[in-house]
Amino acid sequence: MASGVKPRVKVPKTAAAGEVITIKTLISHKMESGQRKDDDGNLIPRSIINRFTVDFNGQNVIDVTIEPAVSTNPFFEFEATVPEAGEFQFTWYDDDGSVYETSKKIAIG
Amino acid sequence: MELNRRKILGLGAGTVAFVSLSGVPVFASLTDDAIVAMTGGADVTEGGIDLTAPEIAENGNTVPIAVSAPGAVEIALFAAGNPTPAVATFKFGPLAGARAGSTRIRLAKTQDVIAVAKMEDGTFRRASATVKVTIGGCGG
Repeated sequence: MASGVKPRVKVPKTAAAGEVITIKTLISHKMESGQRKDDDGNLIPRSIINRFTVDFNGQNVIDVTIEPAVSTNPFFEFEATVPEAGEFQFTWYDDDGSVYETSKKIAIG
Repeated sequence: MELNRRKILGLGAGTVAFVSLSGVPVFASLTDDAIVAMTGGADVTEGGIDLTAPEIAENGNTVPIAVSAPGAVEIALFAAGNPTPAVATFKFGPLAGARAGSTRIRLAKTQDVIAVAKMEDGTFRRASATVKVTIGGCGG
């Protein structure tokens, strides 16, 4: 599923050095669990995002392993320390090999 | 043996109890297997980890779950009544602001949600919460 996938992240524009901020992320994805059946009774094959990582200036913040039990349009909220101005890099890995990326800059102020 | 109404009812109740009991261990062992796979068989103590889940979820397709465990390097979530118990695993990096995360998960039916945290000293902690589900979230 490479179409219609749209990542959205919410990061404050500025933070004090060393401040802990809350980040919310959402990515539109159907997260087909592999348990459902179509109208003819055939199993719909699994198609999910299986990993989500966040890095800040090359240092890891969080690395989430995702199983089919995570809901459609997977949402994650977590906290990150901001030691300096820089950029958050968000990466989602799809079962089909696609990688979805987005990034957000944050300034010290 | 004389079969009267009371005995027949008793027999029926016993059979129902047996069937419902025999259904539970299958899921319990799947979840236990998943937890042992994570801990390597180490002791898991209760407490030291905070699991926030709704008591009643109207829609099992999207149940908000929050978990936090100060001093954890890794937190795994399991749903004991799902076809596959594993839900998600949070691994915290050097810039994690708090050993906490929240997400939305699918629950097939009323069940226990279990969080297992691996602490910095290598010990394991767990917490669980029962969520009542009105509409299951696994399709079919």
